[in-house]
Amino acid sequence: MIAGVFAGVSTRARILVAALAVVLLAAPLVLDRYLLSVLILVCLAAYTGQAWNVLLGFAGLLSLGHALYLGLGAYISAALYVHYGIGPWLSVFPAIAACILVATLLGWLAFRFRIEGVYFALLTIAFAEVARVGFDHIAFTGGAGGFFLPVRSEDQGQWWNLRGGPTFFYYLALLLAGNALLLCALLRRSRIGHRWLAVREDPEAARALGIDVNRARMSALLLSAAMTGIAGVFQAFYANNLFPSQIFDISRSIDIILAPIIGGVGTLFGPILGAFVLAPLGEVLISATGAVGLNAPGTKALFFGLFLMAIIAGVPSGLWPRLAGVLRLRSAPDDHALSHRRDEALPRSCRGGRCFAERRSWFDLRGDRSKRRR
Amino acid sequence: MTLSLYAEVLIQGVLTGLVYGLMALGLSVIFGVVRVVNFAHGEFAVLAMYATFVLFTATHLDPILAAIPIAALFFVIGWLLQRLVVQPFVVRPQHDQFILLVGLAIVLVNALLMIFGPDSRHTDLPYAYDSWFVGPIIVDKVRAYGAAAALAVAAALFAFFRFTLTGTAIRACADNLTGAAVVGLDIKKLYALTFGLGLACAGAAGAIMVALTDVTPMLAPSFTLLAFTIVIVGGLGSMTGALLGGLLIGVVEALASAIIAPSMKSMVSFALLVAVLALRPQGLLGKPAT
Repeated sequence: MIAGVFAGVSTRARILVAALAVVLLAAPLVLDRYLLSVLILVCLAAYTGQAWNVLLGFAGLLSLGHALYLGLGAYISAALYVHYGIGPWLSVFPAIAACILVATLLGWLAFRFRIEGVYFALLTIAFAEVARVGFDHIAFTGGAGGFFLPVRSEDQGQWWNLRGGPTFFYYLALLLAGNALLLCALLRRSRIGHRWLAVREDPEAARALGIDVNRARMSALLLSAAMTGIAGVFQAFYANNLFPSQIFDISRSIDIILAPIIGGVGTLFGPILGAFVLAPLGEVLISATGAVGLNAPGTKALFFGLFLMAIIAGVPSGLWPRLAGVLRLRSAPDDHALSHRRDEALPRSCRGGRCFAERRSWFDLRGDRSKRRR
Repeated sequence: MTLSLYAEVLIQGVLTGLVYGLMALGLSVIFGVVRVVNFAHGEFAVLAMYATFVLFTATHLDPILAAIPIAALFFVIGWLLQRLVVQPFVVRPQHDQFILLVGLAIVLVNALLMIFGPDSRHTDLPYAYDSWFVGPIIVDKVRAYGAAAALAVAAALFAFFRFTLTGTAIRACADNLTGAAVVGLDIKKLYALTFGLGLACAGAAGAIMVALTDVTPMLAPSFTLLAFTIVIVGGLGSMTGALLGGLLIGVVEALASAIIAPSMKSMVSFALLVAVLALRPQGLLGKPAT
């Protein structure tokens, strides 16, 4: 299996990946508690970014509600632990099941009624918002007042209950991020990976080739939801407190999408690179603005918003393709980023060009139709 | 609950809904013509709320009258935004546009958060608690004025699109861009104009909204969602649909807060959104897709 992942990857790239793995594995030996906590954030962002990337980067569906699965996973595992004493290694399964259930509902609704593009993104936000408001009213998990996991010193070191120090959580996060990368690399080469790309690039053509577009999209959605749900379980036991207004919030969904967008949507290493850029940058920003006396979280988010706009305007395919060029890595054949080419079907009149295309009618319905090339 | 109380809630919902509808109208116009989804729409409405609040504290200008200068200001902002930021994205894939405007939304909310803080602000209107008695029913004066102002702005926009040459040109861009370009319309200019008009709607709605509710930066994302919900429920492409959707959502939210709980009102409108998407995806007044 591992051999399959590395087939066709240049020696240079293999050496770099191995070096990165060694550095990350050895990191706890030299880093202090604080830096290790930053590195945990990096791994977690890389993991959730990878999960989200499956959906937009591979299957072409933009979700802005991934906080939903994060929150569901977190709340379910936390509730099972607090109320029934069921440990996270077991409760991760009901957490995944719940995420899959909700994602199936969302996918059924979206794909059955051909909700695409922006409408799909809105539907994901709406689902996350419903969950946020809903969990505010569930007394079983503390409602709006928050849900807290007991932190007792005698529990320390109970790895089966995810009770441990930063090093333990670091290796767990690294394990998650590493496995997500392997999984995505494998899937990318597989039949389903190729189907996803076909659907992403041109759903009509994919349908004409006999690909069940809805099924391909649904499988990407379910996988992405399940992966994010696992991150939620981790989040619950790492943070030990949950608030619906935080974990289901749209800003959490945006945190999830930042890393892959900055690194490069649709690439395997994009989410990882994005996470390595973002989390340390966030920490630096917080300490710098705190020192100046500004509202630190606000400044950080403001800066990230500007960063997001700058990336999407200037380097829409993300930083990874650039870095890969600098490192002289022959970009692996399957590592193509989500395309940002100017769509020929759209009017060039806006740029003073010559070619025009018909648009269907005043206020078209549902998404992408005008953007399909014809 | 007595019948008259229901009637009051209903009327309150209709009056607030008209202001929501005006905000959603701006979103609908921008998407219908420029075909860019303004994900920062609610953020701009909240920005307008703060602008009106600042204006009110400085000059005690009635927020509902302030809707006129604020709309003008937001027209200029919209024009510049389209010209400087959004125009290159007109031909980019939808998700790129969406991410750009999500970024802008984050910037706006957090800028407001840094300047004004998370506490809610409100304007003390001299007639804030006045009301009329229509038989047994009480009608809030301020809501009635706000709704009337929203209707006036919407009517002006309708008239602009229907009767002026520029309005017809914008409709031409939306209907058939090729044709519009062939007959020599300056599409870039018309797009900037449309974006300006869309934000002017958001600005006017925001100015009126200050008279009705307290303002915090946290309102912004929910306003964006609200505007989208209204546009989808009303039917994308129908300007009357946007207003009607606003009415409907306003009434549904008012009833939900009265009957269930105020904090559950957004859930009810999302349920409505899901129901509309499932049963009538083109919206109430939209034309079915062919």
